[in-house]
Amino acid sequence: MDWWFFLEVFVGGLLSGVMYSLVALGFVLIFKASGVFNFAQGAMVLFAALTFVRLLEMGIPMLVAVGVTMAIMVILAIAIERIVLRPLVNQDLIILFMATIGLNYFIEGMAQLVWDSKVHVLDLGIDEYDAFEIGEAFINKFDVYAALIAGGLVLVLSLFFRYTVIGRALRAVADDHQAALSVGIPLRTIWIYVWSTAGIVAMVAGVVWGSKLGVQFAISSVALKAIPVLIIGGFTSVPGAILGGLIVGCGEKLAEVYLGGFVGGAIENWFPYMLALLVLMIRPEGIFGEKIIERV
Amino acid sequence: MFYREAGQFKTSYKKDQAILPIFQDKIAMVAMLLFCFIVIPLFANDYWLASILVPFLALSLAALGLNVLTGYAGQISLGTAAFMAVGAFASFNLQVRVPEIPFLVAFLWGGLCAAGVGILFGLPSLRIKGFYLAVATLAAQFFIEWLFTHFDWFTNYSTSGVITAPPMTLLGLAIDNPLSKYFLVLSIVVICAFFVRNLARSEIGRAWMAVRDMDIAAEAIGINLMKTKLLAFGVSSFLCGLAGALWAYVVLGTVEPQAFDIARSFEILFMVVIGGLGSVSGAFLGAGFMILLPILLNNLGSLITGGTISTETIAHIEYMVFGAFIIFFLIVEPNGLARLWQLGKEKLRLWPFPY
Amino acid sequence: MSINNQNLISKSEVIMNIKDINLSFGGLKALSGVSLQIKKGEILAIIGPNGAGKSSMLNVISGIYVPQEGVVEWKGEVRNKIAPHDIARMGIARTFQNIALFKGMSALENILTGRNILMKRNLFMEMLYMGLGRRQEEEHRKKAEEIIDFLEIQSIRKTPVARLPYGMQKRVELGRALALEPELLLLDEPMAGMNVEEKEDMCRFVLDVNEQFGTTIVLIEHDMGVVMDISDRVVVLDYGIKIADGTPDKVRSEKKVIDAYLGVG
Repeated sequence: MDWWFFLEVFVGGLLSGVMYSLVALGFVLIFKASGVFNFAQGAMVLFAALTFVRLLEMGIPMLVAVGVTMAIMVILAIAIERIVLRPLVNQDLIILFMATIGLNYFIEGMAQLVWDSKVHVLDLGIDEYDAFEIGEAFINKFDVYAALIAGGLVLVLSLFFRYTVIGRALRAVADDHQAALSVGIPLRTIWIYVWSTAGIVAMVAGVVWGSKLGVQFAISSVALKAIPVLIIGGFTSVPGAILGGLIVGCGEKLAEVYLGGFVGGAIENWFPYMLALLVLMIRPEGIFGEKIIERV
Repeated sequence: MFYREAGQFKTSYKKDQAILPIFQDKIAMVAMLLFCFIVIPLFANDYWLASILVPFLALSLAALGLNVLTGYAGQISLGTAAFMAVGAFASFNLQVRVPEIPFLVAFLWGGLCAAGVGILFGLPSLRIKGFYLAVATLAAQFFIEWLFTHFDWFTNYSTSGVITAPPMTLLGLAIDNPLSKYFLVLSIVVICAFFVRNLARSEIGRAWMAVRDMDIAAEAIGINLMKTKLLAFGVSSFLCGLAGALWAYVVLGTVEPQAFDIARSFEILFMVVIGGLGSVSGAFLGAGFMILLPILLNNLGSLITGGTISTETIAHIEYMVFGAFIIFFLIVEPNGLARLWQLGKEKLRLWPFPY
Repeated sequence: MSINNQNLISKSEVIMNIKDINLSFGGLKALSGVSLQIKKGEILAIIGPNGAGKSSMLNVISGIYVPQEGVVEWKGEVRNKIAPHDIARMGIARTFQNIALFKGMSALENILTGRNILMKRNLFMEMLYMGLGRRQEEEHRKKAEEIIDFLEIQSIRKTPVARLPYGMQKRVELGRALALEPELLLLDEPMAGMNVEEKEDMCRFVLDVNEQFGTTIVLIEHDMGVVMDISDRVVVLDYGIKIADGTPDKVRSEKKVIDAYLGVG
């Protein structure tokens, strides 16, 4: 058993898991604050990344591009709140979920219509092939930086939810829309905040993934991978998104390397889902999620 | 005027519970069947038959299947295409290994296999609900896709990876031209629609809807959730498997896993949502919508720009239009086209009076 | 539904015997040392201040909750843990505090769904709507219509229940419970949210069900007028303990009961 190789795969898995977490974070934000599972998060990642990279290509300096992209994501959030969320405010969550599936298609189409669907190389100035050497294991530098970014973002968000007034308001809204309204929490403003934040998180995720893979349509399918992350970690937990991401990232890499050989490879396509299914059967609310209690 | 049901009094429960209680509906149904079986074959050209009507019918069947599961029984599924794939591959494998088997039997076998797989992946529904369940079906989708792509046994070790569907002969007649294919698919779909409609108005249908509407109350009146949900998965997957076999044999002519990817699952889900959850006609309306819209957009596009828009751009616009329509329907009429149709009929009852 | 002669037999036959039950949820003790006998054919009311454990009691009776300690006997036999869907088959039906109707169906369909345990399932016959499938549809439609007549809801039978006024919904829910032809009917606050006329109607129906079909009825109710009027016997709970058990007149004058409601002690 080559332990250095194992370490390499393990850490590589952890790091790619962190990237999943980044995407999952956006989901958690919106779910926590509005109870909606935003299927369109992946499309938002794509849209944000495309906007950013195209702005860069047009020669706009990086910091300005970041600002402009953030502004655009906020505008998107406002539009979503007004056109999609407001009319559906009292509907079943299933209906809202399906609306976000529709939104996903819409944003994907729009992103590619506006910016085109070629693959764009995103160069952040970090060499993707440079690696730290630990013993005989090579740990990719880029992955480490991405992990640090994600970690930082998670910390900020966790603190935000716990200690700020807006954070508490968000949690109230997640619990019960009507109740939150009745204590004077401005639902619509909250939703705009949340979707904007999710949009910015999407931008960070998009930039990170985009530099790794190139900005292209396939990025939005990364969002599908975020689903098992959320199941395992719990839909309402920010640390859960991290833990879930780590488990999924690690799990799928290890499974691919060590089990994949026996069955023809490409296990990572379905392994996270099976893992999620297992967790669902044992602990339906996920590792950090809140138990759902139904009362008649 | 002509659609008023006033004066149509039912003198027995039997008559009231008939499949089409209103007399005008009976006429409409007969007219429609005549149209489908006689008028269309006389006038439709091969392009319409092969590229539009037959795919429409096959996908309607899949939408019908998904409607049973999601519309009637309330269990969300994102793995429809996977069950279709099972139907296609199981039919193919049976015919390849036992060549004497008539293709219809192979189709039935495909449906049954799909039903089995559906029940298997439906087992989690006993513990999890809502879109958590959707995850289980996603697992089915990716796992089954992978299974059929990675194990050559399923493709009978074909070297090219593309398997041609075996030819179909019924009572000595080869089913190889658009017209015969049309009749085949039409007959199968009409029969299945009839079955589903009957199920929906009987004890099983009510058990499904009870589980969908409030499962705790359903249990309180004695409905066994497990059996009811698994039955829904079984029946639904059977229909999807059958649809998959039809798709492979009749529409594509090949049996390939790529035709049953996650995009396909979403496509069928959209059909069901737009068409109307929980209605047989909804499956057809939704399928019709999803098939005709791209064609419409294409033609519209070329009309407006004189053919200068690339197919890529059209595809992107399609995405946007689909997405927008889904949102639109969910806001305006969550019960889809079928409900709009019903509302239209209600207006028709009063026509020409406004109320 | 046949009119049976239950009420001719003396109302002292016990159909459910609950002995010394303790029920807790985590650290919270919902019921302590409660014993109760339900006599066949009677109308028993469970009352008490909020949080007294009435709903828990009802859930223990129906079988949804299994007490950590104590024994529940149904028709003379000890009843252990049973699956929720088997409760109806044992002859116990219930209505819910917050109406639990199937919103996607009409009133008739809701009541017909209540007949499910009395129907046989046959996939093929039902698919073809032939033979057994069709016959049982017509048979049970007849039974459902009898219930509809009984509850005087003929005019709304085909209306989707979501569109019905609250009082009507409660009636439909009662109809659905009756469709099971239960021996024991549990009503969870059946008069809640009703106006005076609706309450009078509902009282009439409850009494009719008891007299005509001999159904034993246990109800939770806050309206004291209703309780005193229609119950044969009243059980009072407070903080999970039974503090009184007897005829309405006897119970209403007991000091413990008065104190409990006034919040004394």
